[in-house]
Amino acid sequence: MVALLEVEDLKAFYGQTQALHGVTFSLQPGGITTLLGANGAGKTTTLRAICNMVRTVGAIRFDGRPIEGLATEEIVRCGVGHVPEGRGTFTNMSVDENLRVAAYTRSDKAGVERDREMVYEYFPILKARLAQQAGTLSGGEQQMLAISRALMLGPRLMLLDEPSFGLAPLIVQEIFRIMRRINGEAKVGMLLVEQNAALALELADHAYVLETGRIVMSGKASDVKSNEAIRKSYLGY
Amino acid sequence: MEQLLQQVASGLANGAIYACLALALVMIFVSTDHINFAQGELSMFSAYLVWQLIQWGLNFWLALAIVAFVSFLIGVMVERVILRPLHSAPVLSIVVVFIGLLAIFHSLAGAIWGHTIKDFPSPFPNIAFAGSGYIGPHQIGMILVTIALLVALFSFFRFTPLGLAMRAAAQNPASARLAGIRVDWMLALGWGLAAAIGAVAGSLVAPVVYLEPNMMASILLYGFAGALVGGIASPGGAVVGGFIVGVLENLIAYLGNLLEKTTGVYIIGNGEKLTVALIIVITVLTLKPSGLFGHVTVKRV
Repeated sequence: MVALLEVEDLKAFYGQTQALHGVTFSLQPGGITTLLGANGAGKTTTLRAICNMVRTVGAIRFDGRPIEGLATEEIVRCGVGHVPEGRGTFTNMSVDENLRVAAYTRSDKAGVERDREMVYEYFPILKARLAQQAGTLSGGEQQMLAISRALMLGPRLMLLDEPSFGLAPLIVQEIFRIMRRINGEAKVGMLLVEQNAALALELADHAYVLETGRIVMSGKASDVKSNEAIRKSYLGY
Repeated sequence: MEQLLQQVASGLANGAIYACLALALVMIFVSTDHINFAQGELSMFSAYLVWQLIQWGLNFWLALAIVAFVSFLIGVMVERVILRPLHSAPVLSIVVVFIGLLAIFHSLAGAIWGHTIKDFPSPFPNIAFAGSGYIGPHQIGMILVTIALLVALFSFFRFTPLGLAMRAAAQNPASARLAGIRVDWMLALGWGLAAAIGAVAGSLVAPVVYLEPNMMASILLYGFAGALVGGIASPGGAVVGGFIVGVLENLIAYLGNLLEKTTGVYIIGNGEKLTVALIIVITVLTLKPSGLFGHVTVKRV
């Protein structure tokens, strides 16, 4: 089976500073992989590198097709939904407009309509907030909108950058529960970056631990979770 | 009183043109953060193209439609060919490019059509109607066309997917890319639209100021003033600002004349209208840099 995402010897740079020093990993179709590690380990940079939002060197294949060097918007059009750090909603636009923008690249009206209904089913609160400016939503609602926007692209892979960030524990649980549903029902592979390692290991099937731009360990999520040494030295719990 | 009303009416008519130009400036500013100093010359060049087509026997509106489209293409080309390679250049380099464009279009118009002043026909029928003592048919026409343009643009940005994508690209380019929007092309489209709006503004004002390469120089300043008064980042504000500046310059000159007539003291009159515009620019920039309808931009550092 061809991996949904294959990353090989990926290096990333911010100006002169190298943030990733050759990262290699892969993600199976429909799988959930999580990238763990401390602040500054290169988790967000890895996601940004996949979408060509930083200067990168290395090979990235999506569904067997090389995508390194493509412009961000073209990578997205291949079926990569990126829910960025800070959520990236259009704060001056209404929820409805945010969802319409997200479906901009699609020409299958019926499919878009179906995905709308799907989004409403996952996040009923958004349907009630359609006319509201996205900037006035609560943090949890904004995160729901951010995930919905990625969903409206009709993606095969979602890159999720700390969906739990700054949210109350109950909301986080709700969002993670729905992410599991999306993964199962919409058959969307997920690459999840999280500070909250315990939560991420619950959801994911595979885990990679990053430290200062290198992968220091990898394995099944359950193995990582049960390995006390790793947990203590890298994941802080 | 009658004179006052007349002044307000003609202020509104001039304001319509300032509003168009301000709108064109805002269009480019919101998506690129640049003030297009060449906007006036682009409009002038478009007005010449319309004039040329009319000379060749075309009807004004057909000529304007063709030229608006051609100007759109010129705007897109300018962005793609000249400004795109400079997208990470310092702002001063961009300003120099704009001034270069200004000079190019200015001399090009002079070289092709000469520097003598040309008559430009008004597209509106010269009929008498109730209230025509206050305002002429061409002036009413300018206001109506501006309003129609506004409604069209508003609907475009509000209801069409492309307009929505352009707004998204202007508001948050990084997120727009993540929605698969080709942001670079959206900027080029913004330039094209600005050039097309400028073509309408140039062709509507040409019958009033006559056609010559310098025709837009002072009008562009009023356009700036209008855009700044309304808020340089707010399209609706720019239009209101344009009308405000148009009325204000007439009223201040009118009051100046009145003062001179009653007391014999001359402070300000028709000759200082441009000064009024510049004073407005300075006042707004000092007291309320974000304009009446703009919002303060906060940058995270």
